[in-house]
Amino acid sequence: MELLKKNKKVFFNLGLLIAFIWLLVTSYSQSKRKPESVSELLNDFSWLGGKWPKWLDLPLMNWINPAFKALNEKYGYVFEAINNFLLAMLMAVKNFLIQAPWPLVILGVIVLTYFASGRKTGTTIFVGACTFFIGFLHPIFWQKAIETTAIMIIGIFLCVIAGIPLGIAMSRSVRTRNVVLPVLDLMQTIPSFCYLIPGIMLFGLGAVPAIIATFIYAVPPLVRLTDLGIRLVDKEVIEAADAFGASRRQKLLGVQLPLALPNIMQGINQCTMMALAMVVIASMIGTRGLGDEVLLGLQQLNVGRAAEAGIAIVLLAIVLDRITQSYGETLQERQAPAKKEKK
Amino acid sequence: MSKIEINNVYKIFGNNPKSVLQMVKDGATKDEVLEKTGHTVGLDNVSLKIEEGETFVCMGLSGSGKSTLIRHLNRLIDPTDGDILIEGTNVMSLNTQSLIDFRRHKMSMVFQRFGLFPHKTVIQNVGYGLEMQGKSDTERNKIAMEKIEAVGLNGFENQYPNQLSGGMQQRVGLARALATNTDIMLMDEAFSALDPLIRSDMQKQLLDLQSELKKTIVFITHDLDESLRLGDHIGILNAGKLVQVGTPVDIIMNPADDYVEAFVKDVNRAKVIKAKIIMKSINDSNNIDKNNLVKVNEDQFIEEFLPQVVCTNSNCEVVDKQGNIKGYITNKELQKSLSKS
Repeated sequence: MELLKKNKKVFFNLGLLIAFIWLLVTSYSQSKRKPESVSELLNDFSWLGGKWPKWLDLPLMNWINPAFKALNEKYGYVFEAINNFLLAMLMAVKNFLIQAPWPLVILGVIVLTYFASGRKTGTTIFVGACTFFIGFLHPIFWQKAIETTAIMIIGIFLCVIAGIPLGIAMSRSVRTRNVVLPVLDLMQTIPSFCYLIPGIMLFGLGAVPAIIATFIYAVPPLVRLTDLGIRLVDKEVIEAADAFGASRRQKLLGVQLPLALPNIMQGINQCTMMALAMVVIASMIGTRGLGDEVLLGLQQLNVGRAAEAGIAIVLLAIVLDRITQSYGETLQERQAPAKKEKK
Repeated sequence: MSKIEINNVYKIFGNNPKSVLQMVKDGATKDEVLEKTGHTVGLDNVSLKIEEGETFVCMGLSGSGKSTLIRHLNRLIDPTDGDILIEGTNVMSLNTQSLIDFRRHKMSMVFQRFGLFPHKTVIQNVGYGLEMQGKSDTERNKIAMEKIEAVGLNGFENQYPNQLSGGMQQRVGLARALATNTDIMLMDEAFSALDPLIRSDMQKQLLDLQSELKKTIVFITHDLDESLRLGDHIGILNAGKLVQVGTPVDIIMNPADDYVEAFVKDVNRAKVIKAKIIMKSINDSNNIDKNNLVKVNEDQFIEEFLPQVVCTNSNCEVVDKQGNIKGYITNKELQKSLSKS
């Protein structure tokens, strides 16, 4: 036991090496294009030159496919439950917004912006105008924009309830961070179609795989910024909280989270922008919204129509960005260092 | 029983402090340890006692371990080895919950860069410790207002810290520490970030408050004048070692080593030394000229009567408050006491 403890790193590396050898051996034995015998490889070294040898092939595909199939067949009911749940939420939001009279929706956006931006009239008027122009561009865009927004709202909602706690957990433990960071990297770099298409197979065509894809694509910045925000809180302020006897919970809720809020809001802002980008891409798997207008325009070689829809997407992005951004800004102003004239 | 007792405390920073501990105990210097093991020695066998109601000033240059030392008292930093006793309780034996209770009721702290909560108003900042103690809103605000008045910040209670100047922010920090009404106050370079005039102001304010409240204050500073002004006792740290502990006069008159001597070299002695310290008793002063005498109180600083003595080229007669003659200071002795070597 003592030996194991002392040479933890050596044993860990040894384990990795064994795993690698095991992978080599299994891929070799499962390969259909392997040479007659191993001795052939040792006598003739031509496989070391030129092309990658065909037998040196990790059969990851052969492992994933049956697993995915089994997942789909055996646990299909789980995915169906998730599907129904998300769809019900989505429909509630969507129907509410679509059935509401359009002037009322614009008014709602204006009121929201007004208070989020700390009563800045300029921003409010600008955002109100942008909202108006979405419908003004083409009557059908209004409903499409609402469909897009509804998917985003659900997606961002999922991001927030999963991302912020995860970010908090990361800021508190180095080990959690070391585990989560590579996963976030993976989520950000893997091409979106790699999970859009399997999403269809699990959840069927439509909005739900789009929501899932939105979540995968948009949650990493929120997690990162929550983590960063909490760790960037002034060390002396944390010490002060400790020195006056704050418990971990009091410290988190009373000091760390409020002070990390500008960063967290920035994360939500980033999350929103990425969600919008993903919802537009998701139109290619049949998600309805502004994205399919672009797609339709391009398919008909109707550049004007595609441009109109493109502009509508930009307008929607501006509206969402202004609302989330300005809320973060109002928070940040208070924490900025003292301004000279106020002395 | 001393209020605060620190026994043989070692603090080593690094990946595996315990492994280096023996080496440090055997007398390796800070530089040797850093070179051989990559560990930094923060505190090296520090022991001291602080009595109730006194202001203990811990002084040293940056990197000497003074901020590390003060953080051991409320366990913001845990020692690598050694005991810390507060009112006889070993703080190392406290579990999480009792440590929190201990911090809420026994100690408060003032920070170098104020450590105020930027998202809370002045009154909320001052009331933070009370909030942690579980006091009700009304009680909290009442006490907080009292303390805000005590530090002279009336009218600013609903401002945010970034709307105040540095000096005012530190007053908020001071008020916050006073509000919890703990016996012990830790002040970590509390006035170092302030400009000289405001600093001197704050020192005076602290002295005034202290003369009323009689708290046990542990004050960290790198400024000798500040430590001489505030401290009942001064401890001087060098490279994690406590090199001398004594009253301000001890430190100036009998520096323990070259390091302390270098420290006190530039000090204005006239500001620190009182008449009673350099006077000769009546018996030893039979042969001085008593025709030309200046009367001084035994608690007066040399600075206060020096001009008069120089102008009239006279000797001093030292008296106590009742006017009884306690001793004499000759003109020559006065000059000698002010010379730096």
